[in-house]
Amino acid sequence: MGSVDERMKKELELYIHIPFCMKKCEYCDFLSFRADEHTQHAYVEALLREIAYYGEKCREYTVTSVYIGGGTPSWLDEELMSGIMSAVRSHFSLSPEAEISIECNPGTVTDGKFAAYRRAGINRISIGLQSADERELRLLGRIHTYGQFLKTYELARRNGFTNINIDLMNSLPGQTAESFSHTLRQIIRLKPEHISVYSLIIEEGTPFYVRYQEDAKRQSAGEPTAALPTEEEVLRTTRLTEELLSDAGYEQYEISNFAKPGYACRHNIGYWQRANYLGLGIGAASLMENIRYTNVSDLYKYLEKTVHIKEELRQTAAPGSGDVANQAACRQSAQVIPMTNLHETAERIPRKAQMEEFMFLGLRMTDGVSRERFAQNFGIEIEAVYQEVMQSLKEEGLLAKRAGQIFLTKRGQEVSNYVLAQFLL
Amino acid sequence: MSMDQSKIRNFCIIAHIDHGKSTLADRIIESTGTLTSREMQAQVLDNMDLERERGITIKSQAVRIIYKAKDGEEYVFNLIDTPGHVDFNYEVSRSLAACDGAILVVDAAQGVEAQTLANVYLALDHDLDVMPVINKIDLPSAQPDEVVQEIEDVIGIEAADAPRISAKTGLNIGEVLEQIVEKIPAPEGDADAPLQALIFDALYDSYKGVIVFCRIKEGTVRVGDPIRMMATGAQSEVTEVGYFGAGQFIPCEELSAGMVGYLCASIKNVRDTRVGDTVTNVARPCDKPLPGYKKVNPMVYCGMYPADSAKYPDLRDALEKLQINDASLQYEPETSLALGFGFRCGFLGLLHLEIIQERLEREFNLDLVTTAPGVIYKVHKTDGEVIELTNPSNLPDPSEIEYMEEPVVAAEIMVSSDYVGAIMSLCQERRGVYISMEYIEKTRALIKYDLPLNEIIYDFFDALKSRSRGYASFDYELKGYERSELVKLDILINREQVDALSFIVFKDSAYDRGRRMCERLKEEIPRHLFEIPIQAAVGGKVIARETVKAMRKDVLAKCYGGDISRKRKLLEKQKEGKKRMRQVGNVEIPQEAFMSVLKLDED
Repeated sequence: MGSVDERMKKELELYIHIPFCMKKCEYCDFLSFRADEHTQHAYVEALLREIAYYGEKCREYTVTSVYIGGGTPSWLDEELMSGIMSAVRSHFSLSPEAEISIECNPGTVTDGKFAAYRRAGINRISIGLQSADERELRLLGRIHTYGQFLKTYELARRNGFTNINIDLMNSLPGQTAESFSHTLRQIIRLKPEHISVYSLIIEEGTPFYVRYQEDAKRQSAGEPTAALPTEEEVLRTTRLTEELLSDAGYEQYEISNFAKPGYACRHNIGYWQRANYLGLGIGAASLMENIRYTNVSDLYKYLEKTVHIKEELRQTAAPGSGDVANQAACRQSAQVIPMTNLHETAERIPRKAQMEEFMFLGLRMTDGVSRERFAQNFGIEIEAVYQEVMQSLKEEGLLAKRAGQIFLTKRGQEVSNYVLAQFLL
Repeated sequence: MSMDQSKIRNFCIIAHIDHGKSTLADRIIESTGTLTSREMQAQVLDNMDLERERGITIKSQAVRIIYKAKDGEEYVFNLIDTPGHVDFNYEVSRSLAACDGAILVVDAAQGVEAQTLANVYLALDHDLDVMPVINKIDLPSAQPDEVVQEIEDVIGIEAADAPRISAKTGLNIGEVLEQIVEKIPAPEGDADAPLQALIFDALYDSYKGVIVFCRIKEGTVRVGDPIRMMATGAQSEVTEVGYFGAGQFIPCEELSAGMVGYLCASIKNVRDTRVGDTVTNVARPCDKPLPGYKKVNPMVYCGMYPADSAKYPDLRDALEKLQINDASLQYEPETSLALGFGFRCGFLGLLHLEIIQERLEREFNLDLVTTAPGVIYKVHKTDGEVIELTNPSNLPDPSEIEYMEEPVVAAEIMVSSDYVGAIMSLCQERRGVYISMEYIEKTRALIKYDLPLNEIIYDFFDALKSRSRGYASFDYELKGYERSELVKLDILINREQVDALSFIVFKDSAYDRGRRMCERLKEEIPRHLFEIPIQAAVGGKVIARETVKAMRKDVLAKCYGGDISRKRKLLEKQKEGKKRMRQVGNVEIPQEAFMSVLKLDED
């Protein structure tokens, strides 16, 4: 290292996937499962091999954020986690100001683990709580109580963590605006720096799907259901959430995320702004210079293929290739990350799809997208592409423009799928 | 080089659907060496993709086969394949006019069916000699002796020496070939008489222009002959004549009386060629045209609109090209407030409609919106005028209507005695009037009902099959018009009437149909930012209502680890739906909604 001038370096985010959970939650369809200690060790060894491989390839990049997600990363032994972090440090050029987050679930973290995280340079803790209501926690199939969460939170603070996120979930069976605001008030009292609020989605292939599939269908048709709150109620919940959090000094910087000033999650913002990010571990997604990759999602394939990472001559061309800028980008990044036997897919994103993503990801941020950045990226005014769509959305009161930024109105955020779909070309 | 007429056999194969007509045709072609079995693709004559997929014959096809008989002579067989479905009786009729005899295929397990009878009667109408063949004798359930008896009793033709075959395995095909020589009469006609050729089919080729399929009744036609189409008056010069190889056109020097073949004459305008017309020589014309085919009028109408309104001229051209060899297809321009410019099209039946729709979409790459099919109603106005109504939107104000009539068909249903009760109650539900029932065998009955046509065009056939476990067969013909209590059911979406969704319905069914229509539309119309009432109304009075709720709040999933593919899929699904929408007022209605009336009876 050191051969490339630090100031010339491009920025890169790292995502590291730890797919293990003590027990899978009833609603969860993410890539996670239970595994014994031996498997966990084998997996981390494979991760280390992948980190070493890519570190070599990414010499021209400075890592500005690391996000260790799962699964339940905090379930891993502290030595394993320390090993991962020291591999990241020795193979990548990690910026001293980097934001380094780890997801923790109550009931899996100890004082010793938090201390190890601190030593490893981790500076942001994200705790998956979902609800402060014991009934709701049991219903979701969480392994912890609210009491255990409080202990975990306390431990994190005691170990000196000053940037903590708490994940919450709305639209739960039986939830009302009032019951959710009860959860929220308790959390606000703890003064975390960051709060995320997502909706429960009834996903196929989960125990919840078996139980609530009909309710989900009725809910999405705007009809009342026996178990899930109506859309009307979810709307009320959302409005109350925004009011309570705003009163408590949180800023909504993204459609589902709230933070005290200065504590917005830089890693996540990178996703919405289409920064370069490298996903490590099974099933992880990467975006490098407009090529999107996904890693194999089969554990044993992953373990085996990391032993000898082979570059493959597979073409990464996507349909609609032909524009010069893109081919250049493709060549450039092909030098960084060639397609390997570790990838399940690799697709060069055509310019049209890049514009679409720029819009539908960027508009999730409350600041929206910048006209100037659009023009810089694509060499064309945003109006030349989206004038008609933007005009009609403005007339419907869903989109607004101020000081060169284009963003969703409150109403636009509430029906964001309807709005964002219109930016597909 | 004139061919010896006594060595020509022009024939077709007729059968009830699925009795093995096309398989027998394949076997005949194969066993005479016209194609090697390597070249043989199952069911050579059904060369439209659609025909192979559905296992039915839609268009007539012809092929010439050379057969060396046991008497040592070579014979020329012209085999003309015909459709089997009741909708296509017209096509059958055209093909029959080009033949001198017909092979009647009867399934050894199923016996005589409704369309067996209908097709035999058509053949006899055209003075054809009918030669029965018992097929599928390899089936364990085959009862050839009983079927022979049935053919003699029910149809009244000699069947004792009918070949007993399996077209599938090729068993006894030789006997069929020999009987064609013996039993099908050779054509008659004078090769030196003035030209008289009957057009029985035609197709458009972008290089050759219109290719006319014809049977030479009298005289001879050669390249260079000046010809005239007697009905349209169009004249041109013959550029090519020939006969039909399997799947290809083989040019020859001339076609003379008794022969079946094709001719091209640089006819560019498809309207100049009409199936059923007579071709003659301009220099030496015949006295009078041949009697035309039995003309069949459309029974079912619907509106067809291009999904992309810019494709209107393409749709017009496509319809024109399809009409050239499907004279029963009719169309005229119409305009809908909801759907823009399109055509009101007339069809023989619902299957015919579906086939045309699919051919337009596949062969001409058109994306179509089709409105609910309806029949032709007669509206008697108070001022004495009678309107033939094919588009519900044109129904006059109720105050101007004295009364209305609807078409009624005489239906014959053949069913095993176990299902007589089920079939009768089905007919009863469809407002049928019982005419008679007779047992043609101990266990099989022929039931006759008069049924309103609009009760059978949608799904009667399916209902019949499901209530008889597939054992009922069905045939019908138009009987006439009967006075009926009919009303126009209008659909209002967000309080605006959508013309393309109106339909005529029997008064007592209006409430039920209206309610189900609203329910169906509620499922089809996506949610908007505002609430959308859907109402069904008769004469301005709302009889049913549903509401599409306003969009209030999207639920937001976690976008995990930068994996945006799921989000993109979700948005794409939403966007995809939007592409196929029609704007009516400020509501976007998916194109499928306009066809949703068709599916009302599915539940």
